[in-house]
Amino acid sequence: MKPRALVIGAGIVGAACAAELARAGFAVVVLEAAHPSAGATACGMGHVVAMDDSEAQLELTRTSRSLWEELLPELPENIEATRAGTLWVAADDEELAAVHAKHAYYLTRGVNAEIHDQHSLRSLEPHLAPDLIGALRVPDDLVVYPPCAAAWLLALSGAELRVGLAVERAEARRVLLHGGVALEGDLVVVAAGEHSLPLVSPALPLHGIKPRKGHLVITDRAPGFAQHQIVELGYLKSAHSHDGSSVAFNLQPRPNGQVLLGSSRQYDRTSDEVEPAMLRRMLERAFRYMPKLRALPAIRAWTGRRAATHDHLPLIGKVGAEGPWLAAGHEGLGITTSLGTARLLSSLIAGTTPPFDPRPFDPQRLCAEASHG
Amino acid sequence: MRELACDLLVVGAGPAGIAAACAAAERGKKVLVLDENPGAGGQIWRAGTHAPPRAAEPWLARFRASGAELRSGCAVVEGDAARQTLWAQDAEGLLRTRAESIVLATGARELFLPFPGWTLPGVLGAGGLQALAKSGWPVRGKKIGVAGSGPLLLAVAAWLVEHGAHVAFVAEQAPLGRLARFAASLAFQPRKLAQLAALRWKLRGVPQLFSSWPVRANGRAHIDSVELATDGEPQGFLVDALAVGFGLVPETALAEQLGCALDASGAVAVDAEQRTNVERIYAAGEPTGIGGVENALLQGELAGASAAGDARAAHTFARRAARARRFGRALERAFALREELREMPDDDTIVCRCEDVRWDAARELDSARETKLQTRCGMGPCQGRVCQPALHFLKGGRADRRRPPLLPLTLGELAELAADRTTLEHETSR
Repeated sequence: MKPRALVIGAGIVGAACAAELARAGFAVVVLEAAHPSAGATACGMGHVVAMDDSEAQLELTRTSRSLWEELLPELPENIEATRAGTLWVAADDEELAAVHAKHAYYLTRGVNAEIHDQHSLRSLEPHLAPDLIGALRVPDDLVVYPPCAAAWLLALSGAELRVGLAVERAEARRVLLHGGVALEGDLVVVAAGEHSLPLVSPALPLHGIKPRKGHLVITDRAPGFAQHQIVELGYLKSAHSHDGSSVAFNLQPRPNGQVLLGSSRQYDRTSDEVEPAMLRRMLERAFRYMPKLRALPAIRAWTGRRAATHDHLPLIGKVGAEGPWLAAGHEGLGITTSLGTARLLSSLIAGTTPPFDPRPFDPQRLCAEASHG
Repeated sequence: MRELACDLLVVGAGPAGIAAACAAAERGKKVLVLDENPGAGGQIWRAGTHAPPRAAEPWLARFRASGAELRSGCAVVEGDAARQTLWAQDAEGLLRTRAESIVLATGARELFLPFPGWTLPGVLGAGGLQALAKSGWPVRGKKIGVAGSGPLLLAVAAWLVEHGAHVAFVAEQAPLGRLARFAASLAFQPRKLAQLAALRWKLRGVPQLFSSWPVRANGRAHIDSVELATDGEPQGFLVDALAVGFGLVPETALAEQLGCALDASGAVAVDAEQRTNVERIYAAGEPTGIGGVENALLQGELAGASAAGDARAAHTFARRAARARRFGRALERAFALREELREMPDDDTIVCRCEDVRWDAARELDSARETKLQTRCGMGPCQGRVCQPALHFLKGGRADRRRPPLLPLTLGELAELAADRTTLEHETSR
């Protein structure tokens, strides 16, 4: 009989873990409190992107992106996978210098990238503000529609999906449900995003994952308005601001011509309402980069919550000496890094050589962080 | 931003909104009515190129004399319940409106249920076809089928006959027995019985079918025939157009955005004086449950009198409104949609026109919410106005709450609106 893996959470990360564990020979049961993709997976953009916030992040995102790349021929149409590429745009000399540095770094790490000057940038994306002085184009970045991607991975895993189950506690080989029922397995993976740490408390500090609210707006179809996912180079600065709130220009053309527009970041927000002040800041930021956006019809605005850690790296590995296993805290990169996360987790479980250095992702670092203050 | 302030804001200038505005204005209140249509009357009393129905005339006259101000062509796009403020859009752009109290008289939407061929040109909503005809679409001499459910079907059919159309049939999904019992219960309501008799007289010679619903609309570029199932028997008709409506659903988007609670049936929950659970916000007419014109007028008068602080008048209206509400409930039961209608769509039937979602993509999904996420059903420009009520019926459950804005705005306007909301929040928190 196959060993049994219990995966908690049917978002993109839980789905990817389920698929990977099934591939490794487990019979997988996925437990979901609501329905598949009910959390952050439903809210985000689905940008599959190489990110170089840290060496570890680049390893994880680069590996994950190539795993998506391998899947491309198999992905069904409803996932809307496209090789849109990312355009990191620079607004001033300092950012242009950063374009060059990023370019050099990417090349040493085998990530394709090309520099564009003010002139060629205009021909790539005519609607960008004319004073933007350059950009880094990363042609192999992808865009997918996350809820369908998660559903496909779940189906691929052949996992038994049990919805409407409120998990109270995850242990090494057991999951306790609300109401006292227990499910047994040979291993347990917690992939419940911002809801993960309470399930393994007190082994890890609860504040190790904090929800970080974001706003998004989608427009009616405007075919040809933009060709790339376009992100301001200051995006990382925004992503890094720990205190207070920040916005950054981040635009995605959907295959049907709709335009998705972000982004904002806020800690400590309890309401999921769209906040006028943040929405306004986010839109004004976008207009600075693409003035013609003002005329596009907006049909919907919404918010979501990213599960963020203090160092912007996910928690992938064993909790304590015994387990359970954890795959959570992916902040805004869960769609990208789901596949790499699952690959790493599966190798840690099997005791095989990991695809990249697992240490920066070790959940136990939260304890060290907590004891340091 | 332009700002208008008043004592009472009324959203919607249909019967309920007109009655509410009259009741409050006649009691000395400064009343502003916002309505997205070109003139007063709502869907039911809409004038267009034809004169408004006779029943509307005294109300429209009273409305004009009441002193209430009407802003036509003015659609509400967002609200802030805590600050009694609504933002609306008219030809000149965005507008901020503030009031002591707000009456939501946003009316109803037609329920469209998908069946094979329903997206063919020439297949129209029953109310939609009437509206189109009132704005000049010629119906004279056209052969038109009317199908679906509810009293609106007879009214639309009679109107079409009056305007020279040849009505091929009226197909009502409810069984005759259920409707006969309902009609019998009207024995003590002679006016309603008289209305029914008048409708049936106008429709003499038109085949009226019961336990009957459309199976398929046929045609290449345009509908040319329709197949019905009547008591399980197939029946074909040649038609130039098909008007379909499976009843009305309360229009609650603005109420929901303002935080008003809904009842189990999906209507805005109100107390005996039409107050919602949100302070100083009232709802009147169809948003509180489908009940027809008289119900809407009574609820409107009640809400207007109550908002104007006339407790005595409100008390009187409340008793009559309760009776009207009971009638509405009985109407709902009589025309309740039958289970078989859930089987109407086949694999290729489009369920969401904006996103081109076919039923085979949605059929197996558990809930309306999952269907929305997995198929994008309801995520297009209409934001689910058409497909979500159908999905609620087909799947049960609601997809999720409506996201702002209520109507598409340009991103520039959305930013302007967000800026004004921020300004208002600062002003009022000082």
